[in-house]
Amino acid sequence: MKRVPSRLLAHALREPQRLVEERDAWEALIRHGREADLLGTLAFRLDACAGLAQVPAAPRAHLIAAQNQCRAQQAAVRRETAEIARALHGRGVPVVLLKGAAYLLAGLPPARGRLFSDIDILVPKARLPEVESALMLAGFATTHLHPYDQRYYRRWMHELPPMQHVKRLTLLDVHHTIVPETAGVRLDAGALFRGAVPLADAPGFHVLSPLDMVLHSATHLFHNEEMTHGLRDLVDLDALLTHFGDRPFWPALVARAGELDLGRPLYYALRFTSRMLGTAVPGDVLADVERYAPPAPVRVVMDRLLEAALQPASAQPATRWARRALYLRGHWLKMPVPLLAWHLTAKALRREEPA
Amino acid sequence: MIVADLSAGELRRRLTGPGLRIRVGPVAAEIRSSFDAVQAGLALHYAAHDVLTAGDFADFRVSVERPLGVRRWFAPQALFRFDGNSMFTPLPAAQAFPLLEWGLNWCVSTHCHQYIVIHAAVLERNGRALLLPAPPGSGKSTLCAALVARGWRLLSDELALVELTGRRIVPFPRPISLKNRSIDTVARFWPDAAIGAVVPDTLKGSVAHVRPPVDSVRRGDEAATPGWVVLPRYESGATTRISELSKAEAFMRLVESAFNYDIHGRAGFEALAELVDASACHAFTYGGALDEAVGMFDRFAQAA
Repeated sequence: MKRVPSRLLAHALREPQRLVEERDAWEALIRHGREADLLGTLAFRLDACAGLAQVPAAPRAHLIAAQNQCRAQQAAVRRETAEIARALHGRGVPVVLLKGAAYLLAGLPPARGRLFSDIDILVPKARLPEVESALMLAGFATTHLHPYDQRYYRRWMHELPPMQHVKRLTLLDVHHTIVPETAGVRLDAGALFRGAVPLADAPGFHVLSPLDMVLHSATHLFHNEEMTHGLRDLVDLDALLTHFGDRPFWPALVARAGELDLGRPLYYALRFTSRMLGTAVPGDVLADVERYAPPAPVRVVMDRLLEAALQPASAQPATRWARRALYLRGHWLKMPVPLLAWHLTAKALRREEPA
Repeated sequence: MIVADLSAGELRRRLTGPGLRIRVGPVAAEIRSSFDAVQAGLALHYAAHDVLTAGDFADFRVSVERPLGVRRWFAPQALFRFDGNSMFTPLPAAQAFPLLEWGLNWCVSTHCHQYIVIHAAVLERNGRALLLPAPPGSGKSTLCAALVARGWRLLSDELALVELTGRRIVPFPRPISLKNRSIDTVARFWPDAAIGAVVPDTLKGSVAHVRPPVDSVRRGDEAATPGWVVLPRYESGATTRISELSKAEAFMRLVESAFNYDIHGRAGFEALAELVDASACHAFTYGGALDEAVGMFDRFAQAA
């Protein structure tokens, strides 16, 4: 393993079997894995290739702790999705699971060892009021009670204000599309539903088609202002691409990105999974997707920023600065400048509501 | 090498430079801080703890720092960082050492899911563990200090680490945290206790720590098997009394006091059920009479 400290975690995820020989790297690796929310993934990958018994006792304890936490979270996500299914049952609303919950219930590789922060679902925009009231009856209440925040989500975003179950405290994001309405991406959300695949094991639920699942994962990572889970999202993408990536998949993926106006996030996804995690993206596909690349000067800056932002923040000092810069970029992508100015002014001038 | 072997200058150099690495039971922590109060607190309370080298594995990397900003000149604050990220709102600088203690508790209760982590004091006699799970205000730490004063081995004042396999309770020997009037109570009962600086006006009132005995620290790798689960309750002026606690209730009290019971599912249920089955379970009420209280626990230990 090449000894670049900031790349330690990425290398470990790629080639977990080599860790067993690399005994002095464990402390940094556990710290980075914990920070990136990837300890569970690392634990399951190591277990699958070499067995956790090969790991020295001190780091092994952390991996076992992460596996325990991960099993508990996955059981909780299964229970919670069953509750959501019950709440929305019989209404004829197509409900698409997104991200973690989708990987778990569809039995896809990124679910292995993955930790969860919330559950994400996608429903047609026209059905939002009905879905929201049904979820409220089932005990999910809206958060972000400030009137400005409520308006912000409901008018401009691609999702309702996050909901939280009043007793179980589970967080639920209800989306109606996969990019903010203000982002200027010409994406037809109906196309996502038309391609969605019903889940045999979870009646009432769909997941996105493989192509759209990859594109959503890419969009979520590279069209977002928040990079704290960047490496985990990149690991999701790597696992999806490796799982789905047979010969006909790749050209179809590039074509679909064009249809959904998501070429740029796909470009970044393929570039950074292959560069950082060694994902086997065919050379002609990498070349083909170049047409969605930004102009050369932007590309140079973005390469540096993303490479730094996708590391664990404690691994190198540049990461925090890169994430700040990408935070601004994320807002820039999210809404046109006058609206962004209005949004930032409103947030800055507002008095905090009493606790 | 133990912390007491380091000169004041060397301790300061480590705390403000590469970090002081110490072993606390199963956990190795790397600590940084420029606060004198943190250095003094570590020198007093962690004197007997092993110092580790930079090559030893550290589980948690923590620091108590002065946040940047103008406040440092007129109302200085202390900030706890874990892996470089700040985890709690800053506290007044005077609370720097208690903040480190609370921070270390947090590290273990939110990460060490290889154990069932229970908010409880744990003591040991003849290899058998006495668990005192209790909400704040129940007099758990006062009782714990009194038992330690009379020769019970301290495993932990705050966190019981229950193994899922083997069902043993693993020591986490750190200072005993006393609040308000119990500081004087313990000082009177245990004149030899090494009690650190009293820090007033924390969220929990006045706080002071008692140094763990050297023997408890040295035996930080010696786990204990379950012996007793006792639910303490302090009631001003009450007579000392003890009553049977049903196994089911003892079980539920452990679950209520656990930080991560939800994570362990069936394995957690079975481990706690076995723990309760292997323990004598009691409810215990006491007023001020610590002598009487300790006597009662000593009789338990002899009867066992």
